[in-house]
Parts: sequence; C-alpha cells; structure tokens
Amino acid sequence: MIGVLDYGIGNLASAYKALVKVGGDAKLIASSESLDGFDGLVLPGVGAFGSCVNAIREVGFDKLIMSAVEKEIPFLGICIGMQVLFENSQEDPLAEGLGLFKGSIEKITGDVKLPQMQWNELDFEKGRTSELLKGIGAQPWVYFVHSYAAVPDTNRDLDLKVVATCQYGNEVVAMVEKNQIYGVQFHPEKSGKVGLKLLSNFVELCEANS
Amino acid sequence: MQSVRIIPCLDVDQGRVVKGVNFINIRDAGDPVELAKIYDQAGADEIVFLDITASSDGRSTMIDVVENTAKEVFIPLTVGGGVRSVEDARKLLRAGADKVSINTAAIERPELVSEISAEFGAQCVVVAIDARRCDTSSNVLNKEGVYAWEVFTHGGREPTGIGAIDWAKRASELGAGELLVTSMDRDGTAQGYDIELLQEMSQNVAIPLIASGGVGSIDHLIEGAISGKADALLAATIFHFGIISIAEVKKALKENGVSVRPLQDDH
Repeated sequence: MIGVLDYGIGNLASAYKALVKVGGDAKLIASSESLDGFDGLVLPGVGAFGSCVNAIREVGFDKLIMSAVEKEIPFLGICIGMQVLFENSQEDPLAEGLGLFKGSIEKITGDVKLPQMQWNELDFEKGRTSELLKGIGAQPWVYFVHSYAAVPDTNRDLDLKVVATCQYGNEVVAMVEKNQIYGVQFHPEKSGKVGLKLLSNFVELCEANS
Repeated sequence: MQSVRIIPCLDVDQGRVVKGVNFINIRDAGDPVELAKIYDQAGADEIVFLDITASSDGRSTMIDVVENTAKEVFIPLTVGGGVRSVEDARKLLRAGADKVSINTAAIERPELVSEISAEFGAQCVVVAIDARRCDTSSNVLNKEGVYAWEVFTHGGREPTGIGAIDWAKRASELGAGELLVTSMDRDGTAQGYDIELLQEMSQNVAIPLIASGGVGSIDHLIEGAISGKADALLAATIFHFGIISIAEVKKALKENGVSVRPLQDDH
C-alpha cells in the first residue's frame, strides 16, 4: 500500500488519483499513524514552503517521513513536497526544512516569467539513470508550476544526486534522488503519459519493496 | 525554455459541453469528461472548464464533472464559473481541479483573490477578465482617465466601469497566478485575438497570460503567441468543430519558432 500524505494543503486528489490510475494501492493518510502495511509514501504539495513545512510538523508527518526513510521505504516528494526535504528556502527564510537533503531552495533567476507555469523538457544528467525513468524516452516534457527551485549541496551530501534538469532562465533542478528518496519539482500527476509512467515505476518500486 | 500552452476551453452547462457565439447561441457538443479525454490524447496541454451560467443565476459548479474528469485526465485542469468563496475553491480543488478561475466574484470582492491565493497558493488562482473595447474615439490607455478596454462581468453582460489593464495589474498584486483574458469584441467572431489588448496586458503584468476570444484560424494562434506575447492560447469553437487540430496548431507554432510541447506519440 502507498500512503499519500494529506496535510490539508493543496490538491492531493490529483496525486492520489494518478497513483490509482496506474494500479497503485493508494491511501490518503491524514494523521500520523503507524507505517505498518505501507510500502511507499508520497508527499504531494503546492503552496508556500513555510506553510507546508509547518503543516507537515503540525500533523507529525516529519517523524513519519523520518521513520519511513530509516525503514528504507521508497519515498517520493512532489513539487513543494520535494522542496521541504531540503534544509531551507529563500521563500520563507525562517522556516526550517526537513533536512533530508543538504542544500537550499532559491528563487529562479533569469529573464523569465514567474512562476514557471508550463510544460518543459527534461535534460537527464549524463550517465545518470533512475528507476523512476524506466521506459521513458530521452527529453520527455513534463508540467512545472514553481517560482523557487532546489540548489542541492552535493559536496556536503555525497549520496544526493541530480537526475534531471530543465532550462528556464538558467538551469533548474527538476529531479533528485538519494537512495530510496526521490524528489521531483514537476508534477508527474499532471504530466500526461510520461508522468503516469513515472508514477507507475514508483508503484513497481514500492511493490518490489513489500 | 519557455513554451506556449494550447488550451481547449469547454463551456459547460448542467454537465454538458456547449459553446455560445458571443455567449448567446448555445449548441450542445457533448460530454465534458469524454471531450477532455479526447483533447488530452490529441495533445492539449491543459483543459479549461467554464460553467457559463453559474455566475448569472448563482448555480453551483459541477463537482461531479470535475471528479470524473480527474480520474481520467492527467494534465492540468482549470475550472471557472460561480466560484465565489474559498469554500467553493476548496471543493473544486479537492475534486481534482488544479486551478480555479474567478471572474465576477473577484470584481465584486477583490479580496477573494488574496484569500484563495493565501489558502492554496497563487498557482491555482486564475483571474478571468472579460474585456470590451470602450466606445470612445480615444483608444489610448489611461489618457485623461479614459481606458481602452472595460471589464464586463456576469458572462459579459454587466459593465463595471473598471479598466481592464488596471484590473489586471490589481489582480496580479492581489495574488493571481495567471490571467485569462477574453476579448468580448472578438469572442465568437473568428476574427482573431484582440492583439492590442494582449500586448497591453503583457506589457503591464508579469504573470502568465492566457489569450482568449476570437480564434478562427491557425494564423490567429500564431499571432497570439508571437505578437500578443501570450503564454497560453485558448480556443473553443475551432477545436470543438474540428476546424483545426491541436497537432496542426503545434506544428505551425513550431515552424514559426514558438516552442511547444511535442505530441505524446512523438516519444
């Protein structure tokens, strides 16, 4: 079973419905319950860094996420759900991220409209593959909505890898992973066939883990 | 890179898709869920549902249609018409909409834009502006207090006395994530977008702009992206009646140097 963390913010229905569509046994989790029976966790998210991270702590999901990571349960953070895994964000400098990934979230730079609210093409980092990208061709297009983006500190976090980027103003980090923790800046649940394939790969990964 | 989105708009009345010419003659054109699926497969980048009568007679929007669409369609979905409160927005977002579009209610109570934006994020707030050229010899913006376009509400029936560019700027400041700008003069005429309106808008606001109203040919869409500098191109009739396919639009835009997401089958 895959738990979709519901902390009262944003459009969780989409991520949940997309997981169900690709055959995932998904369940919305609204309170910090036991992880028994869960083979995977998804943290969706839209909105602001500070309010998301506060809501996550309020429900006690920070502890649930840590315990999932300890148990090596596959974990997928989407958009803000990925950003909160870093240490901090320029969006809300006082808010403390979950710190699972070293690095920060910074405003997108360059002569471009913000938010980036559009489809964009993914560039995969040379020689880097991901379980989540199985069966997805080169340079797929996915849907982004964000004004801030991750700046991973891979010098301090040797296991953290940038898997894909996109060009928007400058190079924007689109996908990271560290062991069984995956983060995507784009919305796979809104990225048509490519996004559904990525989620289906995640579901397979979770099932293999069960 | 910056790419332009192609958005078919489905006007929905009591769960059925209709398209009015200048918002008056309404013609039945099918089931919204099926049509949304077809457009997704055809390469649409996003879908907009507008509940065209909701705003006029206070009817609530179509939660069921959104629920059913969100089970089948996995591209962004915007729903507008009759969104008057944070609660209305919440219901639609929980049902599976990604963005809500507000029009009349935002004019009546501009704080609604800030409220929805603060609650769910600016990315899900689309402010829809129905603009009509003013009946004045001067089309110069703000010259001696005269504005070139006026905002209309209630499906384009009620004048507001508010200038469209001023309102766009205000909506952007209030926390709108995107503007859906419809030219009332062009809507249903197939004469093309009001390019001057789009140009004024893109010069005055920094948030993404969806062009709407008047598309009758591929050239109109190209013009909207290049001259109008729109970030997204919305059309209804030409797509609904198969006059132009989304594939043809994307091919033509690409040939004219406008970046678009390729059709999914190209992968």
